[in-house]
Amino acid sequence: MLQKPEGSDSTQRAANFSETYRRAYRWMLLARVAEDKIRSLFLGGKVTGGVFLGKGQEAISVATGMALRDGDIFAPLIRDQAGRFAFGESVVDFTMTYIGSRSGPMRGRDGNIHRGRPREGMLPMISHLGAMVSVVNGVLMAHRFQGRRNTVGATSLGDGATSTGAFHEGLNQAAVEKLPLVLVVTNNQYAYSTPTDRQFACADLVEKAVGYGVDGHSVDGTDLTSCLKVIGGAVERARNGFGPQMVVATSLRLSGHGEHDDGHYVLPDLKDSALGRDCLQVSHSHLLKEGWADQETLDSWKRDSISQVDEAVAHAMREPLPDPAREDWCAIASRHLAEGNV
Amino acid sequence: MITYLEAIREAQAHALAADPRVYLYGQDIATFGGAFKATKNLAQAYPGRVLDSPISEDAIVGSAIGAAIEGMRPIVEMQFADFSTVAFNQIVNQAATLHWRTGVPCPIIVRLPSGGTPGSGPFHSQSLEAIYAHYPGLIIVTPATVEDAYSMLLESITIEDPVIFCEHKYLYYHLKAESLPSEALPIGKARVARQGRDATVVTYSAMLHECLAAAEELAAEGWELEVVDLRSIKPIDTDTVLASVARTGRVLAVGEAWPWGGVTAEILARVASEGFNLLDAPPMRLNSKDTPVPFHPNLWGTHRPTAQTIAAAARTLLNK
Repeated sequence: MLQKPEGSDSTQRAANFSETYRRAYRWMLLARVAEDKIRSLFLGGKVTGGVFLGKGQEAISVATGMALRDGDIFAPLIRDQAGRFAFGESVVDFTMTYIGSRSGPMRGRDGNIHRGRPREGMLPMISHLGAMVSVVNGVLMAHRFQGRRNTVGATSLGDGATSTGAFHEGLNQAAVEKLPLVLVVTNNQYAYSTPTDRQFACADLVEKAVGYGVDGHSVDGTDLTSCLKVIGGAVERARNGFGPQMVVATSLRLSGHGEHDDGHYVLPDLKDSALGRDCLQVSHSHLLKEGWADQETLDSWKRDSISQVDEAVAHAMREPLPDPAREDWCAIASRHLAEGNV
Repeated sequence: MITYLEAIREAQAHALAADPRVYLYGQDIATFGGAFKATKNLAQAYPGRVLDSPISEDAIVGSAIGAAIEGMRPIVEMQFADFSTVAFNQIVNQAATLHWRTGVPCPIIVRLPSGGTPGSGPFHSQSLEAIYAHYPGLIIVTPATVEDAYSMLLESITIEDPVIFCEHKYLYYHLKAESLPSEALPIGKARVARQGRDATVVTYSAMLHECLAAAEELAAEGWELEVVDLRSIKPIDTDTVLASVARTGRVLAVGEAWPWGGVTAEILARVASEGFNLLDAPPMRLNSKDTPVPFHPNLWGTHRPTAQTIAAAARTLLNK
């Protein structure tokens, strides 16, 4: 089940910005702790398959997840753990999917970041980049048919996904249908190992928005304050009928593409630049500087995150693994049409 | 009289009237009524529920998947089956895997105007049922009659899985029936379209009519061919095929699609592995030639199986 973030929408709106910032930081911290833990389990051989981290992109992701509310749609990508938590994903959904538990949302049939609960608004990504854009469009079209107003659909992409046909078809479709879609494009400078100068030739990806007839927004993805304001603002514009919104957030991927990749090709100059700042550390310092949290509080938040993650890992470890003998090897829902049954 | 094409239109009209979850989406299908007029007047009759799409097959199918997750029953038109390759990723990786991965079904219908017609050439003539059938998670139907075009489209709307609805363009205007059916065989059941004792011809879609003409030709020579119309190729009704082969001892599988792999290969594999002892002669198959579908009618008429080449193949089979 998706968990409910603390506080209702109205209290969230009424709360002052420092409170929003604190909550955002706590989701980011939880994501970082959870991902560090999964990385350790991966290195210890306890997790099979890929491990993909959102390190350095938590501010962008959490701002997306927190701007959404009940009834909205989120199709996260591979570096969206903070946004997933903020949107309502439980820590055990995260651990059970990585470990492959039979009782997790994907039941060992799919793993790691390929998880979701479509009926609860979180769509499970496929690996083909850009492919979720039109699926979110379809959900929003359904809401229109059904008279469900004021919902927003958000999805995340990287700089690499903007080169796909699916991105183009999806964003154009959203623009033609004037759908409340928010595309959050994180330009983290590399798509796997490919740098941006081999990915696109425009000066800035946000220029693409003009070509589609949608609003474009730029934001420094290392700065939580800006992310909350810009991405939150884009979500509100979509909700208020201004059509699709494209946000381009800049950052640097602070890990390999996955944990199988050491990212040795990332240029040192980029690491040393402002892009290479760790958004979690930046927001940590900001909380202290503004007096929105003291060191003792920050330490307690960290302990709380560690305890939540440890508990979720222990929970997942206790759950049964998939059993090929008990598996239902039927790919279709209409069982009467499964071969052998006709 | 009602044509195969009108039956498809009527089924969509019926679905729109009966089920508020149904909407139609595709290129030129709204006020224009579709490239073949399969949605003629439906946009006018059901405002807001028959929508023109951009030329974006990937996004057409992707959006249908999202809408289906939210409880809608989209019917999307690919205009030509050939263009569905642009939507291939959404069909085989998104729609076909969703239920398996998440337990949430994906009830969409993708209409593929399929198969060759004279002058249509390499990119408006393809029969792609086999490539979709290769993927787990999809239902593939290939109606060969006016009645099936109507009833199978209506039944498809009740199916919780993605349905690839392969409607044959050659039959759109040629094939007529007195009226629409009030009852029908369910999807998944093959039909013995003509009874015979000497050999079984297994086929589907437009090739049914070529096979029936071939059977007529051989009847004049004293041979009785049994013709089985598969109706759906995923699932394949292997039982009906084997029961027929048990009666005749010989099998010829005929398809308009390309020969490598595919439906005819699947039929022969099943007959050989599950009914080898029923056979009195090696099984045979006949497909189009292994080239792109040619434009000129002189070439096209030879590229695909016809009543004459099917009859010739059947004679070879009967004399083995």
